[in-house]
Amino acid sequence: MSKKLVLEESAGFNQKVIEYVHRASATGLYEIRGMGAKRQLPSFDDLVFLAGSASRYPLEGYREKCTTTTVLGTRFAKKPIELAIPITVAGMSFGALSGRVKEALGRAATEMGTSTTTGDGGMTPEERQSSKTLVYQCLPSRYGFNPDDLRKADAIELVIGQGAKPGGGGMLLGQKVTKRVAGMRTLPVGVDQRSACRHPDWTGPDDLAIKVAELREITDWEKPIYIKVGATRTFNDVKLAVHAGADVIVVDGMQGGTAATQTVFIEHIGIPTLAALRQAVDALEDMNMRGKVQLIVSGGIRTGADVAKALAMGADAVAIGQGVLLSLGCNSSSYVQNGQHIDATADYNALGTAPGFCHHCQTGKCPVGVTTQDEILEQRLEPLVGAKRLKNYLKTLNMELTTVARACGKSNVHHLEKEDLVALTLEAAAMAKIPLAGTNWIPGVSPF
Amino acid sequence: MCGIVGLLVKNQKMRADIGKLMLPMLIGMTERGPDSAGLAIFGAPVSNADRKFSLYAADEDFNWQKLGHDFTNHLGTPARIEQKANHAVLTTHLEPSTVRVWLKEHYPSLHLLSVGQLMDIYKDTGTPAEVAERYSFQNLQGSHLVGHTRMATESAVTPAHAHPFTAGEDWCLVHNGSLSNPNSIRRMLQHQGISFETDNDTEAACRFLEWRMREGDDLRTALNKGFDELDGFFTLLMGTKDQLALVRDPFACKPAIVAEHDDYVAIASEYRSLAHLPDVKNANLYEPMPEELYIWKV
Amino acid sequence: MESLDLHKITVRELNQFLHKELPGKGVKKLEILNPDGVHSIAAGMDTEVDIDIQGHGGYYVGGMNKHANITVHGNVGWGVAENMMSGTVRVKGFASSAAGASGHGGTLIIEGDTSLRCGISMKGIDIVVGGSIGNFSGFMAQAGRMVICGDAGDGLGDSMYEAVFYVRGNIKSLGADAQIEPMTDADYAAVQELLNRAGFKHDPKEFKRVAGAKKLYNWNADANQEY
Repeated sequence: MSKKLVLEESAGFNQKVIEYVHRASATGLYEIRGMGAKRQLPSFDDLVFLAGSASRYPLEGYREKCTTTTVLGTRFAKKPIELAIPITVAGMSFGALSGRVKEALGRAATEMGTSTTTGDGGMTPEERQSSKTLVYQCLPSRYGFNPDDLRKADAIELVIGQGAKPGGGGMLLGQKVTKRVAGMRTLPVGVDQRSACRHPDWTGPDDLAIKVAELREITDWEKPIYIKVGATRTFNDVKLAVHAGADVIVVDGMQGGTAATQTVFIEHIGIPTLAALRQAVDALEDMNMRGKVQLIVSGGIRTGADVAKALAMGADAVAIGQGVLLSLGCNSSSYVQNGQHIDATADYNALGTAPGFCHHCQTGKCPVGVTTQDEILEQRLEPLVGAKRLKNYLKTLNMELTTVARACGKSNVHHLEKEDLVALTLEAAAMAKIPLAGTNWIPGVSPF
Repeated sequence: MCGIVGLLVKNQKMRADIGKLMLPMLIGMTERGPDSAGLAIFGAPVSNADRKFSLYAADEDFNWQKLGHDFTNHLGTPARIEQKANHAVLTTHLEPSTVRVWLKEHYPSLHLLSVGQLMDIYKDTGTPAEVAERYSFQNLQGSHLVGHTRMATESAVTPAHAHPFTAGEDWCLVHNGSLSNPNSIRRMLQHQGISFETDNDTEAACRFLEWRMREGDDLRTALNKGFDELDGFFTLLMGTKDQLALVRDPFACKPAIVAEHDDYVAIASEYRSLAHLPDVKNANLYEPMPEELYIWKV
Repeated sequence: MESLDLHKITVRELNQFLHKELPGKGVKKLEILNPDGVHSIAAGMDTEVDIDIQGHGGYYVGGMNKHANITVHGNVGWGVAENMMSGTVRVKGFASSAAGASGHGGTLIIEGDTSLRCGISMKGIDIVVGGSIGNFSGFMAQAGRMVICGDAGDGLGDSMYEAVFYVRGNIKSLGADAQIEPMTDADYAAVQELLNRAGFKHDPKEFKRVAGAKKLYNWNADANQEY
């Protein structure tokens, strides 16, 4: 009889960790990759809605009205933004994405009546022309930042941090710094671009207040000013953003994506979106600023259910990055060219990955032409096809959102409230301060 | 985050007006620190054997007269008590340790803000203008002062969390910035038997420096050790019985500006707090360098 | 000459006037009185005009300037001429931290000293400093030139890209990837031209050239070494 081979993998030194140690030992460099945290985290999936039944009455789907209009920037700006849906496109740079992708985002957002956002590296004509409502980011690096585009923007987003890498600067590896990208960022072609982690001309909330005031002066107090923070000490950060004079606060949880960052940042720095959102809402409540300063949450928002839960917990809107890229075909096994699906699995294999697992945005060799600057690869994303797909995606999310809202008896999605939710796990109950399903128990807050 | 101001009046005649000179300085720092404000004023010293104790009562109707009676009855000697809104300055010849123990035992809700022969401290929540009005800052007299306006970053907004912080006698400190390792400093000091009244990062810096000086360091040596131990961003302004001292961390991420004039030395986070000072256009204006200790003697 | 007094109007009214009313008025020169350290004076200018600020400014004087020629007869706070595109900002006194931060174009002249991080992230601006500059100046400087007639502090030009600095005095230390390079005739001419622009009289021969060694440009070039 042959002996049966029993292999036991170490839980601590599993294959992933072994690969990590081998790779570090071979290169002497940390790993850089794209997308967001891959580890399991407490999330919106751990919450469910209490819909209407006998004690409350649901609204009829598709028939009875359910408003989704969302107004952002009502605190100081003379010209607040009005969106048709509370789902926006998160800031992603031209550089990380191609000009064609930026155009697709603008087209879809415009058709759906929502906003898109620039990223590190400035504003491209494609996205300005295709986007009815465009939010212009002011980042620590100030790549491509200039007063003309500032005046062309509909809102300004002062970025302090990003959920994938709070406390870190941006990155764009040399293979994506093409002539056009380099030109916009005033850099030599092909260098690895590192962005600063702090703004060049202010440090701390007291000086941030002066910076916000300057941006208001330059734009004649017309445009809403957002302040975006990566989720870490969110309760304090949101309070300080209010002090500094923000119209809108964007909180980006640790599930948020990036085009290129050290893996150690992505997986080990920051707190989950669920916890950050609850802290942000607590901070606004504490200051009696709910409804006066609007809150946008991002970081791993994927579905209409996620949107509905975020709104119920107190967000005024959400921003989506990775979901938007997936909708354009990211991690799809094929891309569309002249109406034909063309298989791209060989290109994934060449990167050492496969459809469904790819996080190789940093290489610029995106097999489906989304996160690339390569002249050939970028052709794989046809702006009109991308726009159509993204429009469908946003439409689906919005339909799911209103379906949930109607089921909970709301004629306005902004009337969802946290009492409409219960938690399925202790972790989610504690982080979101939402009772465990079937009980009144919020760990640390109320008894069973 | 915060605004800081300091004023040392060299011209003897102007010392009666130090409060009036300072008031616009403090109010000028409102945007930097809208949550709370505080001030340490160094006035005429009490007699050699005496000490002043700055006290704060959260209750506006606190019965200071009763405290005076209890003090006399329990300790067998009267204390002089001067009340201003929620604050009072208690003067006695008893040992500080005796007074501390007595206060803790009989009036545990009171905050003991400072002990010294020259220094009084006032600090409270509210805008700088409100706090200044509550405690009649414009009437203050003295040779030098240290003031602060606070925008809370991580710890709560309470009078106790407001600056200045003190340790020892006639010594105080205000801070603009944010330390990144206040909790390990605090734990290290707790092992030395030092206790804390708040979770404010500034208190950690304050007690660290006071501890070093009690151990025999002079201010310069204590600060040099501070550069090794205190991490993060800070501009520290300190007052002692006869000097003001200023230091910025190596990164100098928080602003500071100094105006030296024949009649005074004025320090603030920004020039807008100095603009109103008499004849400031003839003052020597400069920015303190990082990691350099500036000391001005009365 | 048109005078605007910041004891009488707010900085918001001042800037609204400069942005919206001034362009149509044909005014070529105006002065701003009693600045008293107020922030954002003449920020966001987009008009060719000479502005004299009579006193000390606060943060972001002439921030994001285009076209205007602004002279401050005093000192300025943080971020003077930050992100400037064109025109000139001249400071007669000293400038606090982050002078000319992220500037894309135009000329910033500081007759006195500047504090830390002068020319941080500069993107094409020319900066001429009559005095000395503080620590960490020229951090990540991408493009443009900086002439320093006095000394430079610690970490000059850390992680710099394509900008070039000319220093007359001592350099306390260079930042990562910054190096001193020999001066060429083109460098001497550039220094002379910038000194002329600023009105400073020094011999270009006294200046050293500092530029990026470009070793950080592709920092993973050593990757995939197997041992």
